[in-house]
Amino acid sequence: MSIVLQATGIVAGYGEVEILHGVSLSVQEGEMVAVIGPNGAGKSTLLKTIFGLLPVREGTVLLRGEDVTNQPPDRIVTKGMSFVPQTENVFPSLSVNENLEMGAFIRRDGLRERLERAYDLFPDLTARRGDRAGQLSGGQRQMLALARALMLDPDVLLLDEPSASLSPKMVDSLFEKIGEINRTGTAILLVEQNAREALAKSQQAYVLAMGENRLEGKAADLLDNEEVAKLYLGSDLNDA
Amino acid sequence: MPSRRSPFINAIAAARSYYRNLGDTASAVVIWALIGALFVWALIGETEALVIGIVTGSVFALGAIGLTLIYGILKFAHFAHGDAMMLSAYLAFFFLTGTVVGERTDTQPLHWSLNDLPGAAEPLMGFSFGYGLLLSMAVAAVAMAIVLVVLDRLIYRPLRRRGSGIVIFAIASLAVAISLRSVILMFWGPSPRFYVRGIRPTTDLPFDIRVVTDQFFIFAAAIILAALVYAILFRTKLGKAMRAMSDNADLALVSGINTERVVTWTWAIGGTLVAIAGVLLALQSQLKPELGFVLLLPLFASTILGGIGSPQGAFAGGMIVGISQEVAVTFGFLSPGYKFSVAVVILIVILLVRPRGLFGAQQR
Repeated sequence: MSIVLQATGIVAGYGEVEILHGVSLSVQEGEMVAVIGPNGAGKSTLLKTIFGLLPVREGTVLLRGEDVTNQPPDRIVTKGMSFVPQTENVFPSLSVNENLEMGAFIRRDGLRERLERAYDLFPDLTARRGDRAGQLSGGQRQMLALARALMLDPDVLLLDEPSASLSPKMVDSLFEKIGEINRTGTAILLVEQNAREALAKSQQAYVLAMGENRLEGKAADLLDNEEVAKLYLGSDLNDA
Repeated sequence: MPSRRSPFINAIAAARSYYRNLGDTASAVVIWALIGALFVWALIGETEALVIGIVTGSVFALGAIGLTLIYGILKFAHFAHGDAMMLSAYLAFFFLTGTVVGERTDTQPLHWSLNDLPGAAEPLMGFSFGYGLLLSMAVAAVAMAIVLVVLDRLIYRPLRRRGSGIVIFAIASLAVAISLRSVILMFWGPSPRFYVRGIRPTTDLPFDIRVVTDQFFIFAAAIILAALVYAILFRTKLGKAMRAMSDNADLALVSGINTERVVTWTWAIGGTLVAIAGVLLALQSQLKPELGFVLLLPLFASTILGGIGSPQGAFAGGMIVGISQEVAVTFGFLSPGYKFSVAVVILIVILLVRPRGLFGAQQR
């Protein structure tokens, strides 16, 4: 297996505030990798930095061995990485179909096939293709956001807390979908508050704390790890 | 997250949103009823004013569509829009007649102009102008599109990169407005000018209505351009990207849309519209350097009445403001010098009663 995405010694933050103090991780081809950790650990910041939405102050990001450090998102997208933000991840005034078209904006051809594939993967969206995305339910919106990011058939998909603000039932079907996407060969880098679910579905996992790597290993091992269990899996209060 | 709140709080929230929606619907119904009443009354009692209002409204509509597109994509109020409109009208005047002042005397045009082309000044199809004016309008539209794109590169893009706030953008565009007006004064001086001199041909319509034939051209041009903008926004990839960026610029970037290119096209489209609006305005009345600044008020009133960010709204808003203004003057509410105060009243009322305008998205 080869490495699809490798981030090394990432230092980043907002303005004067440094949030990541040298985080490293790597994603193998077709693998699902979870990043868990308490609030403020820098999980979302890490994804935004990898995707070029925040400047990388130190460190490198390699995509299939190619240096994409500090490249703008619209360039990174062309190289096989897609990103689903945590909130506001659909265009509310555009129709479902137009949202998907925007996902394939950089491609000139094959739109029809890409749309067909998206509707095959998310049949719930088919009946609503003409509706404005703002009218969708929370769960359908997340599905649309996923479908939009998959329009370019990326090698690796970055997901920022996809289960946040969904009902428990929706969370289950969402993770099922994510697993399905992963089985088709798309590597997934998943940031989650819902640590137990994320670890259960992933192969590899990283635990971040205070903007640094705390633990890493096989997801199953971390699920059994005492420290992880105590800190991040204990009660609902810690999850919130 | 509603599920975590107590049923009591949920009930209050539901009731509140119910009454808010009720108020929202009511304000829309009342405003549309008023507009309908105004229109019917104008149609019966003040037909001539209605016609002039529709013509004025056409100009406002084109300006307001550009304003609302620029706001939607760049999220700032482009205060230079009125002066850009007037400068475009003067550019067309220059291409048409070759006239500049400054070092030269007023009456000594350059050695070339579009009106010198063979037959360019011959009136077309009963209008007061020939194809020279149409060519001048097209050239002015291209020129203004380029001017606005260049201004974006020189001024607004550096501010954007720096993450400047909305106030900085507003002041910067005000400075641009003053500069554009100064350019007009430098090259063409303060006295009013006309594309065509002399009496204008008119057309008689049924019910004893007499219309200056040029006014058909103005209205038709506005309708065609508005339809074109609509087609661009809803049928082309660029237009969809513009709407996407207006919804959520970050997500547009994440989707791979080259947002800087969308910004460039937005300025180009806004510039084309504002230039044609300027030529139409000058065709209807005259060229005056300070008119652009005066126009800002009805333009913003139209934009906000229609719902800021909504092109359909901007068109409707422009028409409504134009008609109200002319009807109020003819009816004798106001002396014509105070015409633009109608726009102020509309602006204040709409901001108080329904800030999101007629077609605007509901604030969450």
